[in-house]
Amino acid sequence: MATTKNPVDNGVNVEALLGAREALSQTPEAAKFTWRATCEWKKGTQSRSTVEGFYGLGAEQHHKSKFTFDADHPEVFASEDTGATPVEIALAALASCLTAGIAAVAQHRAIQLHRVTATIEGGMDIHGILGMDSDVRNGFDGIKVSYDIDADATPAEIRAVVAQSQKRSAVYDLITNPTNVTVEVK
Amino acid sequence: MRTTTVVIGAGHAGLAMSHCLTSRSVDHVVLERGEVANSWKTERWDSLRLLTPNWQSRLPGYGYEGADPDGFRTMPETIAFIERYAERCAAPVEIHTAVTSVRSEDDGYRVSTSRGDWRCRTVVLATGACNIPSVPAVAAALPPGILTLTPMEYRNPDQVPEGGVLIVGASATGTQLAEELQHAGRPVTLAVGEHVRAPRTYRGRDIKWWMDAAGVMDDRYDDQDDIVRARHVPSMQLAGSPERRTLDLNRLTKLGVRLTGRLAGIRDGQALFSGSLRNQCDLADLKMDRLLDRIDQWATESGLDGDTDPPHRFEPTRVERTPPLALDLTNGEMRTVIWATGFRPDYSWLDVPVLDRKARIKHDGGVVEAPGMYVMGIPFLRRRKSTFIDGAGDDARDLSSHLASYLNGDASHA
Repeated sequence: MATTKNPVDNGVNVEALLGAREALSQTPEAAKFTWRATCEWKKGTQSRSTVEGFYGLGAEQHHKSKFTFDADHPEVFASEDTGATPVEIALAALASCLTAGIAAVAQHRAIQLHRVTATIEGGMDIHGILGMDSDVRNGFDGIKVSYDIDADATPAEIRAVVAQSQKRSAVYDLITNPTNVTVEVK
Repeated sequence: MRTTTVVIGAGHAGLAMSHCLTSRSVDHVVLERGEVANSWKTERWDSLRLLTPNWQSRLPGYGYEGADPDGFRTMPETIAFIERYAERCAAPVEIHTAVTSVRSEDDGYRVSTSRGDWRCRTVVLATGACNIPSVPAVAAALPPGILTLTPMEYRNPDQVPEGGVLIVGASATGTQLAEELQHAGRPVTLAVGEHVRAPRTYRGRDIKWWMDAAGVMDDRYDDQDDIVRARHVPSMQLAGSPERRTLDLNRLTKLGVRLTGRLAGIRDGQALFSGSLRNQCDLADLKMDRLLDRIDQWATESGLDGDTDPPHRFEPTRVERTPPLALDLTNGEMRTVIWATGFRPDYSWLDVPVLDRKARIKHDGGVVEAPGMYVMGIPFLRRRKSTFIDGAGDDARDLSSHLASYLNGDASHA
């Protein structure tokens, strides 16, 4: 198997991922990761979040560079709109996670991708966040993701890749399932 | 007491092994904590029928002999079938002999029981895959006043108080209990995680006939891309019924069962469900279609297309647009929770270090890491059919062959 070159290339190193899976089955402790971000208030509803380091494989790890995310609220909320709304960043995170999964699953299944486009929308009734109606939740009342995919595969195979990506997605899991959140003040 | 091989468990797997050992003249004993077919006698609900047709119970030197090969056995019929097998092969069964420990000793094992110790060179664990109901940790957060049942405790709807029932898990057990309780007037909510959908009949024949004929049940463990995954695939949503009805989520929805996503947590008296129901159903529909594709391809290759109904596909699973994400367990509407969340084997008596960190036994196709130890009847042990009555024969033949080579000192253990 190792000697035949897979002609399909989605730019995902599946062999490395499978190798990691094998290695982690021997050393389950190395599989414990901690992801981090810091967030600094600028002014008004503006903030800048930064990610740089994380913990995994038994050691501190660093991104190749520091990444920042500016967030703000739009002008219809009487803000300056200097960045994406936090809920839009959440939508972007879900779409990015599912899309990365699609590439990896397709690579593993030897399906060549040519184009993958996701459109994602989350509905929200702002009676919730404005505290005007206790029957309305703050968060999305639902999220809809539409994929437009061009790949060398049948429609059923493409649907199976998208379904498998959801099954293995971290962000999909953390949006569809409850998570305990602890917020402390120093 | 001394013997060459101790077989633990006198269900169909242990008896099939006993038959093979007898034909190889391997001196052995079959230890049984209760009576022959004990789990079938004591741990099954009243209405349960086998989900494989009667004919699909081919055991070494035995098989179905009645007039209804395509029917599905009731529990009394299943018990009688296995009891007859024990008589037919004159299996040396010691009943009411509970194994309390298995330890390595010299070049073999010491098997301690409620009725004394046995010394042996080889031991076969045929205690089954379904000894302990797997109840998720969130069960501890259930509010007081809710009756909880496992499938081993459930017998019939009379046990279940009037009012709502939450059934957690939508495999063969969960879907069958959902149907029965909904019929009995208990409004059922069914929490659906990963599941395997299948029609009872396809193109005029039983799905189990197709899977057997097309070789699906014979798929081998050493041909699987990911055997760990294959060993954890849930049981198919199937029921054995005289009218051969399909028991899928669409049928349950039609009966009035409410579907939710997987039970994700219990907080402040609220059951919280995953928002992944749509995808779980898509995965199951796609997986079913792949099975049907394989069957169709085999039918064409085998020249069966003229003799059977034409290929077709089933309606996709219907999921309401916004399935409930929470259910109040404190307002008196929900009275019962049933954990149809699977089972695991009990190896608490096994004092040989052969379990991994998830308490699964480490084996290669039933050949356990400890020399001279074998296991039978757990999912995808050697073949897809390893947990079925019909699968015990091939596994017993293979493993008894390995065992005999081991006893002969054959280093290759062919």
